[in-house]
Amino acid sequence: MKRLFALVIAGLLPLLGGCEMVVFQPQGPAARSITELINWSIWWMLLVVVVVFALFAYIVWKYRDRPERQGEEPPEEHGSTVLEIVWTVIPILIVIALTIPTVRTLYDLEKPPKGYENEKPLVIHVTSADWKWIFSYPEQNIETVNYVNIPANRLVLFKMTSASTMQSFWVPALAGQKYTMNKMETELYVVADRPGSYEGRNTNFNGRGYAHMQFEVLAQTPQEFEKWVQEVKQTAPKLTKEKYEQLLLPTHLGRLTFVDTHLQWVNHADPHSKTYTNPELYRGHGYQGKIFIREDNYKNSSTCNDEEQKALESDSGGEHHGH
Amino acid sequence: MGIKWNEIFVGGDPLLVGSQIAIVLTVVAIVVGLTYFKKWGWLWREWLTTVDHKKIGIMYILSGVLMFFRGGIDGLLMKAQTARPEMNFLDAQHYNEIFTTHGVIMILFMAMPFLIGLMNVVVPLQIGARDVAFPQLNALSFWLFFSGAMLFNISFVVGGSPDAGWTSYFPLAGKEFSPGIGNNYYAIALQIAGLGTLMTGINFIVTILKMRAPGMTLMKMPMFTWTTLITSIIIVAAFPIFTVALALMTFDRLYGTHFFTLSSGGSDMLWANLFWLWGHPEVYIVILPAFGIFSEVIATFSRKTLFGYTSMVVSIVGIAFLSMIVWVHHFYTMDAGPAVNSFFSITTMLIAVPTGVKIFNWLFTMRKGRIQFTTAMLWALAFVPNFVIGGVTGVMLAMAAADYQYHNTLFLVAHFHYVLIPGVVFAVFAGLYYWWPKMFGFMLNEKLGKYHFWLFVIGFNVTFMPMFFLGLKGAVRRAYTYSAESGFAPLFLVSAIGSIILAIGFAVFCYNIYWSFRYAKRNVSHDPWDARTLEWMTASPVQFYNFAVVPEVKQLDAFWHMKKRGETLTLKESDIKKIHMPSNSGLPFYMAVVFGITGFFLVFEAHIAAAVAAIGIVIGLVIRSFDYNDGYYVSVDEIKRTERTWRNVEGGTENHVG
Ligand code: HEM
Ligand SMILES: [Cu+2]
Ligand SMILES: [Cu+2]
Repeated sequence: MKRLFALVIAGLLPLLGGCEMVVFQPQGPAARSITELINWSIWWMLLVVVVVFALFAYIVWKYRDRPERQGEEPPEEHGSTVLEIVWTVIPILIVIALTIPTVRTLYDLEKPPKGYENEKPLVIHVTSADWKWIFSYPEQNIETVNYVNIPANRLVLFKMTSASTMQSFWVPALAGQKYTMNKMETELYVVADRPGSYEGRNTNFNGRGYAHMQFEVLAQTPQEFEKWVQEVKQTAPKLTKEKYEQLLLPTHLGRLTFVDTHLQWVNHADPHSKTYTNPELYRGHGYQGKIFIREDNYKNSSTCNDEEQKALESDSGGEHHGH
Repeated sequence: MGIKWNEIFVGGDPLLVGSQIAIVLTVVAIVVGLTYFKKWGWLWREWLTTVDHKKIGIMYILSGVLMFFRGGIDGLLMKAQTARPEMNFLDAQHYNEIFTTHGVIMILFMAMPFLIGLMNVVVPLQIGARDVAFPQLNALSFWLFFSGAMLFNISFVVGGSPDAGWTSYFPLAGKEFSPGIGNNYYAIALQIAGLGTLMTGINFIVTILKMRAPGMTLMKMPMFTWTTLITSIIIVAAFPIFTVALALMTFDRLYGTHFFTLSSGGSDMLWANLFWLWGHPEVYIVILPAFGIFSEVIATFSRKTLFGYTSMVVSIVGIAFLSMIVWVHHFYTMDAGPAVNSFFSITTMLIAVPTGVKIFNWLFTMRKGRIQFTTAMLWALAFVPNFVIGGVTGVMLAMAAADYQYHNTLFLVAHFHYVLIPGVVFAVFAGLYYWWPKMFGFMLNEKLGKYHFWLFVIGFNVTFMPMFFLGLKGAVRRAYTYSAESGFAPLFLVSAIGSIILAIGFAVFCYNIYWSFRYAKRNVSHDPWDARTLEWMTASPVQFYNFAVVPEVKQLDAFWHMKKRGETLTLKESDIKKIHMPSNSGLPFYMAVVFGITGFFLVFEAHIAAAVAAIGIVIGLVIRSFDYNDGYYVSVDEIKRTERTWRNVEGGTENHVG
């Protein structure tokens, strides 16, 4: 029996060991504080598992029915106040032991990590759309799609919103996730310990293109980062309003880079920003229902007070649909 | 007005066309079979119009088996698709529809009817009642549930399935991102089924509070009855929230309101809050009755009374209370702030306390007992360690900061399957093996039962254990595929193999039902397990009026102590009086049909047709209010005749006739 068990474990190890569990390999202070919390909880949970399993195995084995016990009448026993208090109080103590670091970590994660409190963060706006990630660097005046370069060892503040459904921004190696929501802004502080490439993705289901909604976070040395910024400024095309509206259509895109950011036309975090939806492009198989027209949709020119926008709409109108 | 009939069938895919053909053939086979064997009258009199709680319970259970089949196939299809990286067995759209229908069906149309079915069969018997408080309402509950379930189930071939997850989060589930009618099914079918559930809740609260046998005070009630009472209270508290949420969803999708939309000031967060305000209590609606089943089974097969009865009751009440104030743990990542997240972390972790109390009480019920390894007991035993794994990972998820790394990953999926499968499915199996002789008068085969047990439990662990590690490696839920470079492939493959073992286990269970139905011995005693509660006091299968004479209860485990005193099967003929019973009614079935038709038209946004069909609902209500039939009496002679078939009247010995 024991040998069988050892064999099973040995068989399973390559499955688990061969793989890296990103949650246990944090590459930044935010992710690291969560890993520490998780490790702390795992010890307590292991204790619970071991105690209950042992007690369970002991009781089931010891009090099993055997032929020689036929006819034996177990004793009447209604409970034991002392025991019941014991197994109420001990779990409460464990809950307290878990609550304290949880609350502390929760508050810490809202602030810049230790050692970076006084640093001015590099602000990057994150906009999730179907099915791509858009990153705007207002200071550098750059916009990227599906990848984001950051300097390592520098405080980065992601200001996140969504141009479409509720989505979730997650770079497990660097920090825990947070939702992005239209007409709302959420914030996430991130520091990468060292240069490297980290995978990020959306975790909140948002339709057909969800599985591939990934992006790369590339942490560079400050010099590399500066160099990249200059390069982009010289080589990348300019982002136009028309181009940006095209980006928001439900598509998969590879990596893109632009000079200028979309923030000059719209910040989707603004509660009064226009709604950028294209219901007709989401028609799939199956029976189709009625779509309702909204006056605050970006394509709806009746509430549009901007002359230039009107002109733009009229000469590119048909193009929006050809995808 | 309305529907483009030529477009309602979803075509193209061989899988779908295959299912459509299979459905048509099955329906034809059923109709032909019923006609050939001249069973239409029997079906109508004995089942479709019945108000007998035992038969309604059996119909619920049958629906549960059927829906487990459907939900299980969905699960297997998902496992097949993710068995290898970058597979093209299902495309994204199909995968999305399948996990959505899987989740909804497993929780609302599998777990719920199984448990409500067992509640229906067992609770009136356990409290010594002749039926539930409102028998016709009970039939209406079942038929509305069934109507909703069928409406939901046809979606994948008629019009397209909902595809926004069982949580149906907005704005994704709104017209802005899902213009197909699939998600209308969610809004309408769940509304119809939910009405039935709400009525069940009311019915059981009244039944348990008002119809207990003389002497049975609240603290002498069997534990399953206690959990049913508390569950019913949660149903009545939580389901109206879902009713409202679904109504708002219907307005948004059908009539262009903007409660949850992106545009015109709708709030996606409002949906998430309303959904989980119902959704979390819903989890306890299915888990509490399961706890009750385990309590009965463990006490019976340890041959001891339940350890710490009072603390068990306090724990259930505590869990029910806490279940109402934890809903935010489903979206810690929505950034409500550290104070809010701290509060909900604490309330969530606190649920572990009463749950732990229950686990230890069960363990100490077995201590000093004489543990008999019947199939029912095996399920209860396997529950303990497996559920503990679900529980401790639940505590890990409850810690909001840690949840930032687990949220929406397969770690979460593994966790809730470790809670729902041991907690609900094991309990249902335990309950079925345990109460089967009471329902049908024969037992399920114990040997097949053990094959079923081992295959299912091993398959379950092999399927879901790898998912914990996949989640920690960064694999997210609801993704139809993953890349070969991700390194997820080996664990996904193991998990897929596990699901096949699991499926074989379930197949053995279905075979067991068939085998036992054909071949099992029919002359089982009315009390084959030497059990403790009142349902074992009367015949198996139970005669339609349940008890010839309502028993008098003196203490907990009433039947056990009656047996000790030797007073169970003696029945004085002079004590028998005529019994008042409710009459059958076709109205609940009629209501289900008109609700189903109205729902169908609403799904297809044919508003005028729906309005016309809804007149049928009003007609049903009117007919009901002019219904003066208040039942009939069973004569003393008939009772005597029935009772003689299974026991000796007037001080006879305790041998049971088959
Ligand atoms: C019978 C074996 C089962 C298998 C093989 C199975 C498999 C799965 C899989 C593969 C997923 C989706 C993972 C993903 O997100 O990609 C899933 C989701 C889910 N399962 Fe199961 N499952 C089983 C039983 C159950 C049971 C018994 C329940 C409930 C009582 C259940 C409830 C759910 C729910 C609620 C979801 C989430 C659906 C969603 O994301 O909207 N499952 N299951
Ligand atoms: Cu929000
Ligand atoms: Cu919950």
